[in-house]
Amino acid sequence: MKLTGSLSFRNVKGRPARSLALMILTAIMAASIVAGTITVTSLKTGLGALEARLGADIMVVPASAASKKDLENIVLQGSMGYFYMDRSYYDKVAAREGIEKISAQLFLASASAVCCSGPLRVSGSAREAEFTVAAWIRKSAGGELGLLDVVVGNDLSVFVGDTITFYNVKCNVVAKLDKTGTDLDTAVYTNTDTIKKLIASSLELGMNDFKGIDPDKVVSCILIKVADDHPVDEVLNDLNLHVRRTKSFKTKDMISGVSDSLIGVSGIIGVLMCAVWVLGLVILFLAFTLSVNERKKEFAVLRIAGASRRKISRTVVSEALIITLTGGIAGIVAGLLIMLPFNGLIEESMGLPFLLPQAWVIAVLCAGAAVVSAAAGAVASAYSARRISRLDAGLILRGDN
Amino acid sequence: MTITANDLSKEFIRQGKGTNRFVAVKPTDIAIEQGKLTLLMGRSGSGKSTLLNMLAGLLAPTSGNVMYGDSDIYTLDDDKLSEFRMEHIGVIPQGQTVVGSLTVLENICLSYLIHGTADDHAAAHTYARELMERFGIAELENELPSALSGGELRRMAIARAMIRKPDVIFADEPTCDLDDENTELVLNILKNTAAGGTAVFMVTHEKDAVGYADIRYSMNAGEIGRR
Repeated sequence: MKLTGSLSFRNVKGRPARSLALMILTAIMAASIVAGTITVTSLKTGLGALEARLGADIMVVPASAASKKDLENIVLQGSMGYFYMDRSYYDKVAAREGIEKISAQLFLASASAVCCSGPLRVSGSAREAEFTVAAWIRKSAGGELGLLDVVVGNDLSVFVGDTITFYNVKCNVVAKLDKTGTDLDTAVYTNTDTIKKLIASSLELGMNDFKGIDPDKVVSCILIKVADDHPVDEVLNDLNLHVRRTKSFKTKDMISGVSDSLIGVSGIIGVLMCAVWVLGLVILFLAFTLSVNERKKEFAVLRIAGASRRKISRTVVSEALIITLTGGIAGIVAGLLIMLPFNGLIEESMGLPFLLPQAWVIAVLCAGAAVVSAAAGAVASAYSARRISRLDAGLILRGDN
Repeated sequence: MTITANDLSKEFIRQGKGTNRFVAVKPTDIAIEQGKLTLLMGRSGSGKSTLLNMLAGLLAPTSGNVMYGDSDIYTLDDDKLSEFRMEHIGVIPQGQTVVGSLTVLENICLSYLIHGTADDHAAAHTYARELMERFGIAELENELPSALSGGELRRMAIARAMIRKPDVIFADEPTCDLDDENTELVLNILKNTAAGGTAVFMVTHEKDAVGYADIRYSMNAGEIGRR
């Protein structure tokens, strides 16, 4: 049995109240790192996913429906606006210069499915919608969307090859989207012919969810990818000038607002984390200093029994490491237990795109938090360790120190 | 092994106004003999404990040297001096000095917890139990120090000092705050230890200890004299 490890462990165990209090403190510090960093990283990942899936440069919606809040929700949260304009606007927009790709979408209110319920987005075809969803299609059966083919959001518990039933109509899942951290995760994409079939079936069942909506005649919004040789602003101005009763806007303008919010939220989280850590380190430092001070005679006994200054120093530091590492691991577990199950609630309360980082990123973060927690113990106890190891046992025993 | 101190002195620097140098031990020569109980008496503050700590390798002197055989212990680096102290010197400090989180048996075997193999531990435990039996604390081996009386703690400290069968034992006021019965018990243990061939150097202001000593010194204001 080596003294350093064993005695440190016994000292930690022998002072349960003090050790537990310091472990809880370190746990709070570690949890703040894990929860804070996961929150900031998730917001950044969410923003990254948002940017990646912004295949469209410009979105055109009916002028009457275009409140800024609605537009932000559509772009940032993938929410649906239940507004419609005549399909002729699609042709008017398509006729303007500088448009490389164009896709119309029709938003329908929640449709009931056997497995789940979610809003429906309707695109003319997979090819048309490709530039708006291709960036985050995770698994695809390939080819165009045929009759009764659907592309589903990541949160829906169906997979490529499965079927999903709306109004007694079985639809084939041909692709599944990547997680976006927005309402798109519960959305379903399909084409015009399929939606016509679903509307007809709902009416046969006596449900009037979509009464008066004709997918051949109306659209909710038009998504545009601008040609490389045309500035987006130029095309935007042209559309706002020449396509009346519509409102066109740049999708990236919406992201700048999110970026600002993200910087603000990250800043607040960063300040809170710093405050927790500064306060925690001060308390740890004082606690270790007081503890070593009141046990000076004990360390003098170790010196008498043959412990070198270096060994005394190691004993103090390893005691601190046991406390902070144990507390740190508990804090990491607590942080994960807060963040992983409740990320949906956090996303909802923040109103920003929120996408948990990949498992390996979280694993690296947890390992980092454990190392930083242990380092906090080493740093906070370094002064006491150095001081006690430098004192002469003879002076301690005389009571001069 | 002959233990001698030559021209050994210690000065402290006091914090505060006025004279800030204080000579605790004036230049001193002393020899400690094997198989003898050497007694150093004197009033509180006369420098007895300071001299003991310097002789035990626990407090570096301001001048002079402490020789164990041919070795000047204060020329050794801290690792070597610590190892030397562990192997050759036993110290019974003043007051209650224990590692509170270790049992009585572990406290006695402390130096083996610091440096020792599994075989060493087994042998140390056997010898520790023998010492505990001899000192009347055998039934306390698994107790924590907080459960022991002052006399029992002192006997435990003596056993701890003797666990490595050192060449010399330094005892600093080993009977202070003990009742008559325990005082006699402790003094007898130290006397018998010296009779067994170990050098014992005891600092005390207990007059009853005089009768147990083979060699007597007294100390006054940092100056030592033979009685």
